[in-house]
Order: sequence, then C-alpha cells, then structure tokens
Amino acid sequence: MPPVIQGVITILVGVFGCVAYFYLSNWVLDRVIFPAKGPNPGRNINRANLVRPWLFLFPALFALGLYLAYPVVGSFYRSLFDRAGTEFIGLGNYIDLFNESGFRTAVFNNFLWLLVVPALATSFGLAAAQLTDRLSWGNVAKSLIFMPMAISFVGASLIWKFVYANTADIGLINAVRDLLGADRPVDVIQIPFWNNFFLMFILIWIQTGFAMVILSAALRGIPEETIEAAIIDGAGPFRLFFSIKVPQIMGTIVVVWTTITILVLKVFDIVYTMTGGNFGTHILPSYMMTYMFRDDGRATAVAFVIMIIVLPVMIWNIAQARKELR
Amino acid sequence: MENIAGQRSGLNWAVNITVVLMVVIWLVPTVGLFVSSFRDRDQISESGWWKAPLPVDLTFRTRVAADTQREENGSFVIEGNVFTDPAQARWFPDQTGTVSHFGTRGAAPAEFDAGQIVDLRTGGTVTIEADGTYLLRNDEAFERPVTLYFEARTAPRFTTGNYNTVLSADGMDRAFINTLTVAIPATVIPILIAAFAAYALAWMDFVGRGVLIAAVVGLLVVPLQLALVPLLNLHNQIGIGQSFLGIWLAHTGFGLPLAVYLLRNYMVGLPRDIIESARVDGATDFQIFVRIILPLSFPALAAFAIFQFLWTWNDLLVAKVFLPSGSATQVMTVKIADDLLGSRGGDWGILAGAAFVSLAIPLIVFFTMQRYLVRGLLAGAVK
Repeated sequence: MPPVIQGVITILVGVFGCVAYFYLSNWVLDRVIFPAKGPNPGRNINRANLVRPWLFLFPALFALGLYLAYPVVGSFYRSLFDRAGTEFIGLGNYIDLFNESGFRTAVFNNFLWLLVVPALATSFGLAAAQLTDRLSWGNVAKSLIFMPMAISFVGASLIWKFVYANTADIGLINAVRDLLGADRPVDVIQIPFWNNFFLMFILIWIQTGFAMVILSAALRGIPEETIEAAIIDGAGPFRLFFSIKVPQIMGTIVVVWTTITILVLKVFDIVYTMTGGNFGTHILPSYMMTYMFRDDGRATAVAFVIMIIVLPVMIWNIAQARKELR
Repeated sequence: MENIAGQRSGLNWAVNITVVLMVVIWLVPTVGLFVSSFRDRDQISESGWWKAPLPVDLTFRTRVAADTQREENGSFVIEGNVFTDPAQARWFPDQTGTVSHFGTRGAAPAEFDAGQIVDLRTGGTVTIEADGTYLLRNDEAFERPVTLYFEARTAPRFTTGNYNTVLSADGMDRAFINTLTVAIPATVIPILIAAFAAYALAWMDFVGRGVLIAAVVGLLVVPLQLALVPLLNLHNQIGIGQSFLGIWLAHTGFGLPLAVYLLRNYMVGLPRDIIESARVDGATDFQIFVRIILPLSFPALAAFAIFQFLWTWNDLLVAKVFLPSGSATQVMTVKIADDLLGSRGGDWGILAGAAFVSLAIPLIVFFTMQRYLVRGLLAGAVK
C-alpha cells in the first residue's frame, strides 16, 4: 500500500476512531452502566460524573504514559545492561562513558551551549523586542527576525554552512576577511574550541525570534503608570529599560531562558549536519546518535545523562505550575 | 508611547540603525542561499552570490587536436578559435566571447594575458587573442593534442536547473511526499486526543487533577532522546517496526504534552458563565465540549496545529530513528543531511535548491499564519 493512501486512512481512522471512542464511551457510561433512570437516578448521575473525566483523559494519558513516562524508566533500565542487552553491568556503561575523552568533550561543549545559547538568544530577543517596539516598521522587522523559527535545523545549518564556507567566493565571512585584506580563507568550522560558537550561533539565530515575540508581549504588558512615573522622575532611556522594565518582566525572561535551555538539550541536528561531531564539536544529543543502532546500552546511558541535566529545570517548572494552580 | 518626554532624536537614529543591522544579519544568510539556488552551478563557486547580477569570469579548458596542423615556412602551425569548441557551447552558444587570460597548465589556468606569446611545455609557442583565436607554432610537428586553458567573461545566468536536478535526479520529489505523509497525520491525530484531555483538566472536577497537570508540565521537558531506544524496541516487538505508522504514533506521543498544556491554558480562560448555563440547560459534558469548547478554542487549536506541523515537517531525529533509512521512506531533512551533504557536498546549487524545496511549505505556513503562531506561543509561555 503506498504510504500516501496509508496516511489518508490513518487520518480517517485516527479522527473517526477518536470521535467514536469519546461518543461511544460516553453513551455506554450514561445509558448502560449508570443510566439516569431506574431506582436511583441521582446516585447514577453522580457516579457517571466521577468516571467521565477519566474517559476524556484516557487516550492522552495512555499515549503520554507509553511514549514519554515509560521511556524514562525504560531507558534507565536498559542503560544498566551491556550492548547485547543480556548481561547486567550496573553502572558499567556510565563508567565507560566518563572514561571516554569524546564523552567528556561532549559534556563540556554541552555546558558551553547551555551557558551561551539561552543567554545570547534571550538578550538578543529582549533587545529586538525593546528596539522594535516604537519603530514604524517594527512589525516588519519582528516578522523577519522571527522567520528562522519556521526553518528546520537542517535547513538553517545549510544556510549557515554557506556563510561559513571556506572560500571568499562563497562564504560571506571569508569574503569580508578578504575585503579586509586577509591572505588566506579560514574554515571557521575547524578552528578548535571556537568552532563551537559558530555552531551555537545558528541556534541563537533561530531562537532569538521566539524570545523576541514573548518578551515583546511582556514589555507591552508593563503598566504604563510605572514608566510615566519613572520618566517624570527623570530616568533616561537606559535607566528606564534596565531599572523599570526588565525587573517587571523578570518572570517571563526566566521562562524564555528555561525554554531555550531545554531546547538546547534536544537539538542534535545542527552539530550532525555541520560537522558530524568532528573537530571537537560533539554535544550530548549528537554523541548519543553515534551509539544509536550500535550500542543501545551506551545510547540510553547518554540519554539518561541528558535527563539528569534537565531534571533541575523540570522540577522548577513543576513547582511553578503548582504555584499557579493554587 | 510615541512622543514620551526624555526621548532623544539621536537615540532614535541609533535604534533604527541597530534594528536594520539586526534584520540584515537575520535575513542575509537565507537570502544568500535563495539567490544561489537560482544561479548556475559553475558561477556559484566562482563569484559570491552578492555579485550574482554581475558577469563572472569562468575558466575553461579546450583541447586543440594535432591533426589540423599545417606546415608554414618550415614550422608547424595550428590555428582556430577556442569558442568554436563544442565543449564551450553551453556558455558561448553563438561561438563568440572575450578571453581575458589564458594558461597552459591546469594549476594556473589564467597565468598569461590574452595576446601574449608563451612557450608550451611540449615545445613551441602559443598565444590566444582576446577574440578567442589561438595560434600554436612549433619547429617540429605536433604529435599529441594540446590542452589550453582560458578565462572568459560570462553573463550572469539564472536558471531553475538546480531545482530540476534536485527534484528529478536526486529524488527530492519522493522525499517531499514522504515528509508530507509524515507531517499531516502526525499533526491531525494528537489534536482531538489532546483537546478532550485538556477539557477534562480545565473544566471537570476530579481527584488528582493538580497532579496530572503537574505531570504534563513535567513531561513537557522530557528529552526525546530518552524515548528513542525503548520505543523503537517496543515497536519492533509489537510488529510496527520502522514504518510510517510508527513515526505517526511517535510524533503523536511527543506532541501531546505541548498540546494538552497549550489547550488547557486556553480553555481555562474561556468564560465560566457560558459553560455553566449550558450545564443548567441540561447539556452533557460531551455536548458542552463538542458544541461550545471546541469552536471557541479554535485559535489555540490552530496554534498547536501550526507548531506540530512545523515541528514534524522539520524534524530530523525522530525520522532517522523511526523510519527505515532507504530512499523510499526518506524525508527531506534526512535526505539532505545524510544523502546530499555526503554525495553532493560541494555542489552548492543542488544543496541550496534542496534546502528551499524543504523550506517552501514551512515559510508559507509561517508567513500566512504568523498571527496564530504568536498567539500560541504567548498562551504557552506567559499567562
């Protein structure tokens, strides 16, 4: 069966299956199990209402449990076994990993990414949000800065591979160096250590728009009285921005920062497309893919290390959500 | 806040210039690749895309056959014109052009100015005039053909050839269909599932609701990497294996936390009165959901649909793991990253064309539905 027809059938089965499930399960609940008639209709209605939320929730909970909750446990369990998956080796995979210099480089680079990318993307986003706020063509500018959000990491990598290209006739960077009188082109992707920053910039380029959109909305939400009061008290534009506006949107800045932090730990595409992890540019997600399909034990161990790094953010997020609910 | 006090016009200039600079940095790389995708592949590697409208100096190679030589005053002479060589017909169809430099070695194809008379390594002398006529002279007969190199100016050429090559020879057409096949079901299926769950979490009272919401927030940040090995093994065990069905299920699972979270945040904000008066009128939860909540939540549903579509369309990781790697099932990102970058690594025209084939749909979606995208981002991040 051609995949396209398979796709159409899946959509139909998926959508109608969903509707049928919700309709029929509600019908069964109301008419068959707890009908609102007979000896105690009141008790039956109450009981039906106790069960109903779980009918609504079941498909989502099932999928979430199977595709996200189970893997956390499943991956950890698998990481305790050797390559074939038959012999229990405890923390052997983790110990081996920490003895690999490649893994240590990946961890180091990953922390570099975690420090640099969220910080710069958020700052650029904040700057863009503030600067475009009063411009007559601000919305056009915002739209263009936001555009990389729609571009795949692979596409963005290609776009920047072109900019970083090793000759002055293709790469913009080398063309500018050529203009300034440099003798030979440089391959910025191969400069040890600094090449990481050139890769990071691609993700910063993508994420700045995201930060800008959210922070721009937050800036607009600041009560105008506070700004007017500050101006009357004689605050200059910089003072106004750093002492009045930024503190008021600190909560949003933190949300943007953490969201980008989480993203950094998922993105393997950029490193994979740009360098394949060569020249000392591996980060944990790309390092994991070198073991994927070859050694499930190691691959899951790397994945679990990523999970451990994410954990503080996850706990903080949950704490925030609970605070909001109260 | 157009004319607030304390605003200096000097600062206005600085703001304008900074924003222009930022927009340029954010836009130029994409424009560069876009322009390049329409340039001739020979010209791409010889001049930067920012010089695309200008003529380009290209170097060519021509072989002068020894059998056209004639004897003249005791020396052997070969005459002809480099532009009549059929190998140059692609660039000089009317067989005329202007030679600026020429050379006798491949390592230095533009060593000499046109009109200079220089020695040939195999003996004798050669010159190429600006109009392309060449003259080789030697005391002995030429035994083997002579290879000459020359540099000539070519008019800027824009073609859709790169796109044709990418779509026909490189199989991007197939990959495009595959990407579409992955993205659409993976976008549609999670929406309904998530909408029902979001309604329950927003408007129904039951024990454990708070815990479930917290769990969804927690699952929002679980790294995908954790799911790869256990789920692939699971798919293999239950017979789905690496297939389209497998990737649809995977994308559905991975997209649900965001969908539930986003839709719940939106639904909580719907006016309580409407829902309660419907309850009083005897509507069941199912009816309230289908007749009231679903239509009112359209902006949030659209926002999530756009997110999920962009995410599944642009995804590389999930496709690499949950789809077989053969060309029949490759999606565009995998095709570019694994196939074209390897086999066509230096062919910028092809790569640029492939990139824009894969970017076209997301960019259209982005520019037509930006409003919903922004609204969705705001519903998800700031309340």
